[in-house]
Amino acid sequence: MTAISLFNRTTWRPSRSWIVPAAIAAGGVFLVVGSLRSSLFAQQTVSGLANGGIYASLAVALVLIYRATEVINFAQGALATFTTYVAWQLIDWGLGYWPAFLCTLVIAFVGGLAVELAAIRPVERRGSQLTVVIASIGLLILVEGAIGRIWGNQVKFMPAPFPARIYHVGGVAFSLQDLGTIAISIASVVVLWLFFRFTKVGLGMRAAAVRPAAARLVGIRVSWMLSLGWGLAAMLGAVAGMLAAASPSVLLQPNMMDGILIYAFAAAVVGGLESPAGAVVGGLAIGVLLNLLGSYVSWITPQLLLPAAFVLMLAVLLVKPSGLFGRSRTRRV
Amino acid sequence: MTISRSTAIGVGATLVVAAVIALLPLVLSDYDLSTGATVGVFFIAILSLNIVTGYTGQISIGQGAFMAFGGYTTAILTHNHGWNDLATLPVAALVGFAAGFVVGLPALRLHGVYLALTTFAVALAVPQIAKNYSNFTGGTEGLALPTHSGLWLYGMAWSIAGVMFVFSWLLLRGRTGRAFRAVRDSEIAASSSGIALPIYKTLSFGISAAMAAVAGSVYVLVINFVNPDVFGLSLSLYILIGVVVGGLGSLWGVIVGAAFVELLPIALTDSHISSSESVPVIFGVVVIVVMAVVPLGAADLLRRLLQFGSSNRESAKSPLGTEAR
Repeated sequence: MTAISLFNRTTWRPSRSWIVPAAIAAGGVFLVVGSLRSSLFAQQTVSGLANGGIYASLAVALVLIYRATEVINFAQGALATFTTYVAWQLIDWGLGYWPAFLCTLVIAFVGGLAVELAAIRPVERRGSQLTVVIASIGLLILVEGAIGRIWGNQVKFMPAPFPARIYHVGGVAFSLQDLGTIAISIASVVVLWLFFRFTKVGLGMRAAAVRPAAARLVGIRVSWMLSLGWGLAAMLGAVAGMLAAASPSVLLQPNMMDGILIYAFAAAVVGGLESPAGAVVGGLAIGVLLNLLGSYVSWITPQLLLPAAFVLMLAVLLVKPSGLFGRSRTRRV
Repeated sequence: MTISRSTAIGVGATLVVAAVIALLPLVLSDYDLSTGATVGVFFIAILSLNIVTGYTGQISIGQGAFMAFGGYTTAILTHNHGWNDLATLPVAALVGFAAGFVVGLPALRLHGVYLALTTFAVALAVPQIAKNYSNFTGGTEGLALPTHSGLWLYGMAWSIAGVMFVFSWLLLRGRTGRAFRAVRDSEIAASSSGIALPIYKTLSFGISAAMAAVAGSVYVLVINFVNPDVFGLSLSLYILIGVVVGGLGSLWGVIVGAAFVELLPIALTDSHISSSESVPVIFGVVVIVVMAVVPLGAADLLRRLLQFGSSNRESAKSPLGTEAR
């Protein structure tokens, strides 16, 4: 069954196959040429890529759940914030950054599983897609409320994972923070890809997502695969949350990820909502685009970045609803 | 035409509730009356969301954004241009209608989760825009409005709520309401029967947003100031909680939803059962439990208890696409 591969190129069939690669290549050339000509442009591109890596991680988490159940998890950002607070707490108790990071990933995985079992599965059993979406909004309210209840609404300060070091390459200053954020977010997506591509559980999850009935027939526990998906999505969200909290422009507070969730939505939609690779490309593109808009277009203030992402998302939905990498579908009546 | 038993019960119950609301000022303090006015605000807002989501089946999470359009219209006209505050309400409704119409246009092409995503983003984007154009909206500091007594606010809010309720009832029981429900139950079947989907979908968004804008105007009059945080994401989510708890596709469930959203937090904190910080946790749990147990909310629960839905069952198919029972 080749149709069940999650990351396999053959399953995305854009109608005009050359347009999307050409557009991505053109964007890449534009960024490289711009970076060679101006060091400010290069700096803004790299820090845009760092933001984009965060959006991409959260967007891939959304895509994981969407592929399996056609549900958008509105609580994805809130869950990520919750796990970031867990990391903050562990560090506050005296754990080092990286041990806390790994512990948080484990806690996020177990937490994601538990949330699926406790809150989503009872709703899914008898409800429709929109019932589950509303339940996930309930989960968003619940989790943000729980964060405020446990840790209070004051801003906390998350230590940065990397020393504040700046590298100068050809007159361009790169911060270690930005480079590390890019590396970790890309690495976590690649690890996930390896998991789906080369493990039996990963294969089972892909099968459960694409052909639930057939998967059940060959002995895959489909409902467990869905729970696992929530666990993995929560892990990716935790990575996004911890990286976001380390960024100087984001404060660790209960609604930290609300805005980032919109950027991740936009990234997932640009990528086609079904394609993890599309979500990564979409996330990086939105990170860079917003950073360049913010620094080169004078009337776009920081407040207008979120509306700008919204306009971009709306434009993609109206012009090409299947996104860059999505398949256009025929609906059966 | 004979009036069916369920209609008679509905009208009777509505009159009783209206009489109770009208007599409450005799026993309540001025402070409690302004709280009562806020319940009226939520009543109008939840009613407006019910028209577009409960009756037309188009999920909208951004109702707070439409309230922002109304609230800012009222605030800017009274604060910057010296208008009488009540005179701004029709203008707010028009502005809201226009905003809803514009958001309704993408809804012609977007379904289900995509519409949920878009309206969620609207709910977050509109306060940011209000923050950005601060010379117009007062920015994060906001604008101040004239103060009124609790009794005045209560009377104003509930008079408008009553008008809105009667308007919605008339709208939904007639030709337009049938068209809305047909769109909700099956778009394909509706368009095959000659219902123009683009007209009815944008109309539903427009009417709903106009009512939400009026709710926003009344809201800023009640709290007598406006700033972007007033219309933040949590307001949109509270309206969604209200409509879910009260019952999607039920007109009188709206009063249950409005009372739940505004009065439960006050009751919990006043009785020291829990602190105000726990309120979102309780709300979140309630939404999930309602979705798992009674996806059509309090209205469906009561309908099941009374079993009077058998003669004139309005929604054999629920707004969410689940079977009613």
